[in-house]
Amino acid sequence: MERRERGLLENIDWTTILIYFTLVIIGWISIYSAVYDEAHSSIFDLDARYGKQLIWIGASVIIALFILVIDPRFFSQTTYIWYGAFILMLVAVLLVGSETKGAKSWFGVGDFGIQPSEFAKTTTALALAKILSGIDTDMKDLKTKIAAITIVAIPMLLVLLQNDTGSALVFLIFVLVLFREGLSLSVLIFGAGAAILFILSLLINPYVLIAILFAVTILIWFLFRSRKLSIWLCLGLFAVAAGVVLSVGYVYDNALGSHQKDRIEVLLGQKKDPQGVEYNVNQSKIAIGSGGFFGKGFLNGTQTKYNFVPEQDTDFIFCTVGEEWGFVGSTVVILLFLSLMTRLIRMAERQRSKFSRIYGYCVASIIFAHFTINLGMTMGLLPVIGIPLPFLSYGGSSLMSFTFLLFIFIRQDASRMDLL
Amino acid sequence: MKNTLSSRRFIIMGIFITVGIIYIIRLLFLQVFDDSYAQLANRNALRFVTQYPARGLVYDRNGELLVYNELVYDLMVIPRQVKDLDTALLCELVGITKEQFLTRMQKAKAYSSYAPSSFEKQISKEDFGAIQEKLYKFSGFYAQSRTLRYYPHAVGSHVLGYVGEVDENMIKKNPYYKKGDYIGMSGLEKYYEDLLRGTKGSKITLVDVHNREKGSFQNGKYDTASIAGHNLYSSIDLELQKYAEQIMANKRGSIVAIEPSTGEILCFVSAPFYDPNLLVGRVRGNNYMNLLNDIAKPLFNRALMAQYPPGSIFKVAQAMAALDMGVVSPNTSFPCDRSLVGCHNHPTASNVRDAIKMSCNPYFYRLYQRIIQQRNDTKGKIDSKYGLSLWDDAMYKLGFGQKLEIDLPNVKAGAIPDTSYYRRIYKGDGWNFYTIYSNSIGQGEVEVVPLQMANFAAIVANRGWYITPHLVRYFGDENSKKRNTKYTQRHYSTIAKEYWDIAVEGMWAVVHEAGGTARRARIDDIAVCGKTGTAQNIGADHSVFICFAPKDNPQIAVSVYVENAAGGGGTWAAPIASLICEKYIRKEVLRKDMEETYINAAPCQSLPLRRYVQKSSSD
Repeated sequence: MERRERGLLENIDWTTILIYFTLVIIGWISIYSAVYDEAHSSIFDLDARYGKQLIWIGASVIIALFILVIDPRFFSQTTYIWYGAFILMLVAVLLVGSETKGAKSWFGVGDFGIQPSEFAKTTTALALAKILSGIDTDMKDLKTKIAAITIVAIPMLLVLLQNDTGSALVFLIFVLVLFREGLSLSVLIFGAGAAILFILSLLINPYVLIAILFAVTILIWFLFRSRKLSIWLCLGLFAVAAGVVLSVGYVYDNALGSHQKDRIEVLLGQKKDPQGVEYNVNQSKIAIGSGGFFGKGFLNGTQTKYNFVPEQDTDFIFCTVGEEWGFVGSTVVILLFLSLMTRLIRMAERQRSKFSRIYGYCVASIIFAHFTINLGMTMGLLPVIGIPLPFLSYGGSSLMSFTFLLFIFIRQDASRMDLL
Repeated sequence: MKNTLSSRRFIIMGIFITVGIIYIIRLLFLQVFDDSYAQLANRNALRFVTQYPARGLVYDRNGELLVYNELVYDLMVIPRQVKDLDTALLCELVGITKEQFLTRMQKAKAYSSYAPSSFEKQISKEDFGAIQEKLYKFSGFYAQSRTLRYYPHAVGSHVLGYVGEVDENMIKKNPYYKKGDYIGMSGLEKYYEDLLRGTKGSKITLVDVHNREKGSFQNGKYDTASIAGHNLYSSIDLELQKYAEQIMANKRGSIVAIEPSTGEILCFVSAPFYDPNLLVGRVRGNNYMNLLNDIAKPLFNRALMAQYPPGSIFKVAQAMAALDMGVVSPNTSFPCDRSLVGCHNHPTASNVRDAIKMSCNPYFYRLYQRIIQQRNDTKGKIDSKYGLSLWDDAMYKLGFGQKLEIDLPNVKAGAIPDTSYYRRIYKGDGWNFYTIYSNSIGQGEVEVVPLQMANFAAIVANRGWYITPHLVRYFGDENSKKRNTKYTQRHYSTIAKEYWDIAVEGMWAVVHEAGGTARRARIDDIAVCGKTGTAQNIGADHSVFICFAPKDNPQIAVSVYVENAAGGGGTWAAPIASLICEKYIRKEVLRKDMEETYINAAPCQSLPLRRYVQKSSSD
């Protein structure tokens, strides 16, 4: 027992934990600065957001410690129970949850709320790792593919039903995990291609786009005909692309809500609305842009502090970093995330257990999805999709669920030397 | 197989790093290469608050305050910040019903949830006291102070004018004004707007998105203080103005009194008038509509804008013009030939002085004939054109047919017909003396405004010159008073002083000699020189009188018009004018019976007259 404890301390990846705490502290400082009010500057003011966030940080530390001391097999063995429990909660929240900002995704408990969709990412990651680590699974098998897609699709659809598009989008990132586990590269390329086509077809008249696509198809076939590229394959791909283009209009008009369409149109520059939808993005860009190279300094941000940026302490927390710490500070945050994500990949690859490895990839991918969508949104590169920046954004559900997500993997990694 | 899959980590890491690099490049452009965001940020968080200067005050000639500013409060609301509101208490304090409260909140919300809009405007200091005590209970509500004009003596509506909120057109014309600013809309308030308004200052404060102020920007380094407006020291004599308004309260018409030696207007009444406090603050809208719709037209400034036929008072000007042209001599006599034009019973006027005294119509018919038909050319038409043009020049020099540049807006020129005018209405040269002779007795195509007649009385009083009538003697503050040089220049007529003496003697006789038409204008110990007139028009005749007093070193020149008085100038206008003279020169009126008679008389009953007085106004 004693050996094992010592082994645990030795084997814990302290670098990851250090990055985790650095990000959490940067987040707390930014929240403090965003809601700072000279009249009430005590950091322990539990009425203020930064005071509450301190509670969440404390709770997260307890969670982390708890995860680190329990048996690493606990989570792999109880995976389906957790998964099932959170699926039920996702259903329940649809029935009895409270609505915030148009999304019905909260269980309210007094002042505090719990957002099951945040935790559902962790349980889905566990379930995906569990199902793909089965002995007779192979990503080439249709059965495996269907099983994996089902595991991801159920919570994703439930979250989509809550009208929480942002969180639902995150579930798509599991395609990276499947790719690592053997899914064909072409699926990834098709996915990226479809996304590009989607955006292009919003920008260009679909019939013009189809004509261009046809020209490109013929050109590719002509250029590579010596390699015996089948004209039928080219035409088949063209047909699929044309189908995607034509369906975009329908999907766009019928499947997306008007606020989502607005956000996309604003991003694509097709709509000007500085006081409406464009407002968030503009204010966010102004806040970040006004930071300059070194930033305005701690508590000196005028944009974020005076509430010009909506959601400045949650989804738009990065604005505070950008305004007060400038290019230097923002780059540091980005580099911290990059090193965390690449470190998680390297840790995943050193796992002996397939479950741990897949789960590690899931953790890295989920963080990556949040990182990409959130920063892209605050910098005006992606449409406004309200999801938090991991570890930095204010909110108990967000911070605790990411702590769960990360520390379960740290715990797995710490016992990677154990015999299976 | 395993190895190849494991190497896919590099693709995944590559994706991570690519996104990271894209974001860092994006940050580089946003934060380092482009400084426009920093400027936008300043505009966002700095609020440029206008500092409103105090509008200039207006004093009468003896230093009595006529207009000052009173502090009032607007209750502002920012709908988004309203919470846990004690609606009942607020409604009670403001004095509105729950329904009114709801509609106002709805209106405010419709405008903006974040920006302030006024919930209740112009709450008086007294009423605001109670609200202020409880204001802390109403989050989202705050008070904004403003100033309103206040008229302690409630007189001089047509002199002082009123201020009102600027409209879109004014803002377009002059970018100094912003929405919600006040501007002089009429009277002195309008004419002296640039002086009275002062200069707005600006204060830069840090604000958050909810418009909450967060302190001054860089300790006020970039703030500019507002500069208070100039005060106006008007020539109005408050006591005289009050007295004149008292007399005219139940009449229609006008009284203009001028100090001849300076051109300063001593009192200026257009009746019906109204309490200027009615057009201030919250009550303004309703009152304005009432005034606008009144058929007696209380908003119409008769003294400046009512173009009446002058009637017989015009004869004095005719006599002066004829004497100056040399077409008559002081002793020229014309018989009272009533076949030419009607007249009243009187002996033949043997000279110009007596013609003025007796106001003989045929005399002035002949006199005007000599002006028009100067026998300068054998062709009658050419001769008449020449005569008319000489006459026009003479009249212009006496201040007729042109706008007197008084310091009030919208003054009218009256009308002195010229050749082109007659060519137009007679479609060619179909006019001659016999079609225009009515001008000689102040009828026909001649029109004057009461101000011009008062000015003419001043010209006679000065024996041949005038200073443009004006209402403001000085502007600025106590220590540095400035005056407009336009109002120090004398305008001389070319008419010799000895002729003016004839006019003075004639006008003295009108009041003081047997056979004069204005015996009722006599004041013991004060020599009044006057001339009556009866201006015929579509309704009952207007009673007209001009005069000045005393005869030597005149202190006051007056014109009085009483509309539709159904009496000659001697009946109504002359006694009223003499009361004005007595009041000004003697400071009190000894002829109490007469005073009472004319104060109580209401000669023009054809139109109902309402008095526009605010109940609460003091004095």
